[in-house]
Formats: sequence, structure tokens, C-alpha cells
Amino acid sequence: MMNFLPNAIFLAVLVSGVLFFAKNVGKLKRNIALGRDLEITGSKKERWNNLLMIALGQSKMVRRPVSGILHVVVYLGFIIINIEVLEIVIDGIFGSHRIFSFLGGLYGFLIGSFEIFAVLVLLAVIVFWWRRNVRRIARFLNPEMKGWPKQDANYILYFEVVLMTLFLVMNATDSSFQAMESGNTVSQFIAPWFAGFSESTIHLVERSAWWLHIVGILVFLNYLYYSKHLHILLAFPNVYFGSVTPKGQLDNMEAVTNEVKLMLDPTANPYAVPSGDTQSAPDKFGASDVQDLNWLQLLNAYSCTECGRCTSECPANQTGKLLSPRKIMMDTRDRLQEVGANIDANNGTFQDDGKQLLGDYISKEELWACTSCNACVEACPISINPLSIIMDMRRYLVMEQSAAPVELKNMMSNIENNGAPWPYNQMDRMNWANND
Amino acid sequence: MADFQAQGKQPEVLFWVGCAGSFDDRAKKITKAFVKLLNRANLEFAVLGTEESCTGDPAKRSGNEFLFQMQAMTNIETMNSYGVKKVVTACPHCFNTIKNEYPSLGGSYDVMHHTQFLKSLLEDGRLKVESGQFKGKRITFHDPCYLGRANNVYEAPRLLLEKLEAELVEMKRSRKNGLCCGAGGAQMFKEAEKGNKEINIERTEEAIGTKANIIAAGCPFCNTMLTDGVKHKEQEAKVHVMDIAEMIAQAADL
Ligand code: SF4
Ligand code: SF4
Repeated sequence: MMNFLPNAIFLAVLVSGVLFFAKNVGKLKRNIALGRDLEITGSKKERWNNLLMIALGQSKMVRRPVSGILHVVVYLGFIIINIEVLEIVIDGIFGSHRIFSFLGGLYGFLIGSFEIFAVLVLLAVIVFWWRRNVRRIARFLNPEMKGWPKQDANYILYFEVVLMTLFLVMNATDSSFQAMESGNTVSQFIAPWFAGFSESTIHLVERSAWWLHIVGILVFLNYLYYSKHLHILLAFPNVYFGSVTPKGQLDNMEAVTNEVKLMLDPTANPYAVPSGDTQSAPDKFGASDVQDLNWLQLLNAYSCTECGRCTSECPANQTGKLLSPRKIMMDTRDRLQEVGANIDANNGTFQDDGKQLLGDYISKEELWACTSCNACVEACPISINPLSIIMDMRRYLVMEQSAAPVELKNMMSNIENNGAPWPYNQMDRMNWANND
Repeated sequence: MADFQAQGKQPEVLFWVGCAGSFDDRAKKITKAFVKLLNRANLEFAVLGTEESCTGDPAKRSGNEFLFQMQAMTNIETMNSYGVKKVVTACPHCFNTIKNEYPSLGGSYDVMHHTQFLKSLLEDGRLKVESGQFKGKRITFHDPCYLGRANNVYEAPRLLLEKLEAELVEMKRSRKNGLCCGAGGAQMFKEAEKGNKEINIERTEEAIGTKANIIAAGCPFCNTMLTDGVKHKEQEAKVHVMDIAEMIAQAADL
């Protein structure tokens, strides 16, 4: 009976880790579903291609070579080491030891390359830490990066250091593994450090490293939901659903089309609203809170890695304006989390908390500073579109509140009255063709 | 356009002049230069004249979807009534709007930016680009956001500049990474928000930094922003901001 105790404990830890994560995934899904519907159209082929190139292939990451290549190392390390995790899980449940070792030479090759990756990841993580905390690269220092976002980024790096070290120590203190003399590419150099210890101590170290490694991974898994590190999962769907139309193309609001058609067509009977159409008219034009955004914009917010590539390319931000596209995404996520917590606390229904995304998180000043230049969209390595949120919030300001800056109001009334953004007469449109 | 219809003819292309091209004194010169080139190529083209109205781009980017769609549908109705198939414009904002945002409202046309159109005339042998006074001049090209990033057109304007045998020097932020001039998203029509610099000054400094004699533009709004920037830096004597159509027309002594 006692023999099964470790297996039982392992199973309990594993199941509770996974269940807790599943619970948060459930919340994540619910929160994203708070957004408006959005039909995903456009070429599937192009979407798969994007998934392959941009997400799996990290093609946009390497546009900035230093951080890009280091990121590829950590990313590959992460994917490869998952095979090792699979072995740990099987061993843990069935009480086996290195169940895949029957693969012989191949096993040695696999573990050997994991060990090399573990070292590379350690090096990459150190450089990442140095860039953030010593070199203090500008895009990590914007105001929105104070407090939790800054700590979050560092915690992840510490986590990686601990996990990689545990992995190497575990291998180094595994006498049977060292005896295989294959796959211990790196750990053979660590093993001598433990040479003075008794066999039972070494075994204890090995077991502790093994347990801490897997528990650490489960903790990490559950940390994701609270962290910008959620991107390691969400970047993939996010890239797949990312736009495949030209960046300059802004959606035409269907609800508006229906109304404009009625206004322009004198023969249309305004009372003859087709029966199925009633629910299509939105209660609100544009967005003032997260529920007014569509689900993809909310998925974008959860996927954002807070890397700041968007902000560092933004012309408004570069010239000292308040606008930062990264902050738009972070605010959206923070507000969405707040709304989600509100729903949890009120038995599944949202109770008005007197707050909203507009004003309490994102100010008008930020929104009006955008030139719609798409630099942020181009820069984002995982196809996030901060501009679409800015535009939806401008729509709310203008169509629901008539709250455009006064110069823009003048511009719009010029268009309305003279068909041009300036106060010129429509009849003078051909004047350019007259004398010089 | 109405004249063509009266004669029962269909022009090869509709030249969408745009509001800037119609009313802005600087942009009117671009319009004229482009028309000279169209005439040189013996092209039958039409304009909508007083029937043209703002595409609605600045309204849409300000958030006024109603006004945008009103403008769009009015323009689409006009163009469809004339059976327009092909549209060319010297304004990337009009280009983007008509090309990308009109189709789902019922207006599908083959839309080209004037640099693309000039390139095609060149390739068909209908227009020759002479090097003229631009030979060997240092020129830098400012990518308009709505032509470049928004629609992935980077090469047509550069190809035309090469034909002028100019020495093309790129700014550090060019093509996909090009920096905005500061006019887009209806910023053209308002003061900028509080900051420590104007965007057009930032961009002009970068352009001047290439030691170019000419900053080539492909958008009337970028043109205004950069011209203002050059004035602000008091470099008017050394650096000129020109549209590519103007350069080609000048090189050909038109
Ligand atoms: S589109 Fe707006 S937010 Fe994005 S980079 Fe340009 S100015 Fe900044
Ligand atoms: S939106 Fe994209 S580029 Fe900007 S911080 Fe998030 S992940 Fe980075």
C-alpha cells in the first residue's frame, strides 16, 4: 500500500493543478464571450499560413534580431522540454523511472538536446533580465509598465531559471541516468559537484528536484492566467483569427448601413422593418466598455505580451503624447478581468460598478492622438490590432456623445454641407483646371 | 464624366481628384501635373467634377460612421450610374477608402494609386519617364501610411524615382517601418494632443537627415505636413517636397 503513496500524491497534485487551470480557462472563455459577435471571413489558407509563419515560425519576432532570436531559443526550449514533462507525468502516475529510456540511443539524443536547450534558455533568460533591469531598454519603461507588469515579466524569468536548474540537477543526480553515459551532455559536468555525498543523499536530491520540477511546472501553468505569459497559449488562436484583409480596411458598420439606406432611399418604408432584423440594431454605436468590443478584440487583450513593440513604433507615443497602443491592450484586459470578477462575485450576472473602459481606463486624450497609421498593427509580433479598439471608442464618442474635438466637428459639418472637409463650395471643385 | 456619357462614350479611367486635389493650393499643382501626364499619354480620362464628394475617410477615421456611409453611398451611386470600372487617384486616403471600404457598400472598382497607374503606363510604353533635371539628385521617399502599410504598395513609387535616375536614399524608418507624417486619422484637421514634439517635425528631421535635395511624397496630406516641417526647420532653400507626378511632369518639361 505504502508503495503507491507517491503515485497517489502525484496524481492528486497533477489533477488539482490541471483542474484549477481548467477552471480559469473556463473564466477566460466566458470573459472573451462577453464581446460582441464577429464573423470570421476571408481565406482559411491564408489564416493557416499566418499560424504557421507568424505564430509557429515567429517570423515577426525576428524583425528585431536580438530579442527575436533569444525568444526563439526560449520558445523552442519550451516546446521541446514538454516531451520531458510527458515522461515525468507517466513516471509519476505509474511509478516507472524514465519510461522512455527504452528508446536507447534516441533517448540519449533527445535528453542530450534538452540539456543543451536548458543551458541556452538559461543564457537567454539572463540576457532578457539584463535588458529589462540593467540596460533598461526604453520600451520596458513606459508608465504602463510600472508595478505588476514589471514584476510579472521578472517573475517569469526567475521561474525559468529555477525550472531549468531543477531539470539539470535532477539529471545530474540521477545515478542510473548518468550510468547510461548517453544524453547527459551537460549534466555530466554537474554530477561531480555531488560526488562527496552519500548515495542516499544524492537520491534525495534527485527526487526533490524531480518533484519540484513538476510542481513548478503546474504552478507555472496556473500562473499564466494572471500573467502576460498567457500569450504562450493564446498567441496561436490570436494569430489565426488575425485580419487577412489590407490593414487600411476598416469595417463598415452594418447597423449604420441599414439606417443610411433608409435615409437615402425615399421609397423605402421606414416602418417595414424585416422581422429578423430587430435584434441586429445595437443598443449602442461604438464601444465605451469591454462588452461593446468584439470577442477578437478581447482575445487580443488576453494575448498581449506587453512587449511594447507597438508603442515604440507609434508616432504619437514617440512624440510624447499620452497614447500608447500597448496601454490600450493592457487596459482592455484589466477592465475585462474586473468585469469578470464582478460577474463571479454576483452569481453570474454583471452588476453595474459605475466604471467603464472609456474614461476610467482609457482617456479621450489618448484616443484622439492616434493617426491611424497602423504602425502598431504592423509591429505586433502576434497580430494584435490596437487601432481597431481606438476606432470603436472614437465611434462611441462621436456617434453616441457627439464628443469630438471642436475642429473635427467643424470638419464633419463641412463634409455634410459642402462634401469636403474644408469650407469650400462644391461648385468650385473644378477650379483647379482653370488658369494658373 | 457627364460629357462622356452625353457622347455615349466610356473613358478609360476615372480620375478621382479628391478634396485636397480640388481645393488645396499645393495639392492642385499635383492634380495639374498628373493631368498633364495623362494627356501626354493620350489617355481618355474623366473626372466627376462637381459631382465628386468627399470619400468620407476623415469622417470614418474620426468615428462618424454615419457621415462616412452617407458620403460613400452617394459617391457609389454617382459612379455606378456612369458605369465606372477603373479609378485612379493621387490621394492614398481616397485610394484606400474606395478600394477597400466601398465594395461592401456596393461600389467595386479597379482602383489604382497614381504611382501604380503611372508605372503601368510606363510598362505599356504609353509614357516615357525622362531623367531631366533630377538625374543624380539625392531623393528620399516618404511612404504614405495609407499606401504603404495600409495597402502594401512600396515599389511603384520607388520604381518611378529610379526611372528619373535619381539617387534614392532611404530613411531609417521606411517601407513597413515608415513613420507617419502626422496627418492620418483626421489629425490633418485638428491640433495635435499635448506632447513634446510635432510628428511632422520628427519625420522632416529624419528626411533632412538623409541630406536629400528632394523629399518625394505620394500623398497631398504628407506633402503639406512635410512642407510645413521643412519651413519650420528653415530649410526651404535646400530641400523641396514634391509629389512624384510633379517630378515626372517637370522632368518631361510639361
Ligand atoms: S495607429 Fe494609432 S496607436 Fe497605432 S501606432 Fe499609429 S498612431 Fe499609434
Ligand atoms: S499589442 Fe502586440 S506589440 Fe503591442 S505590446 Fe501587445 S504583443 Fe507587444
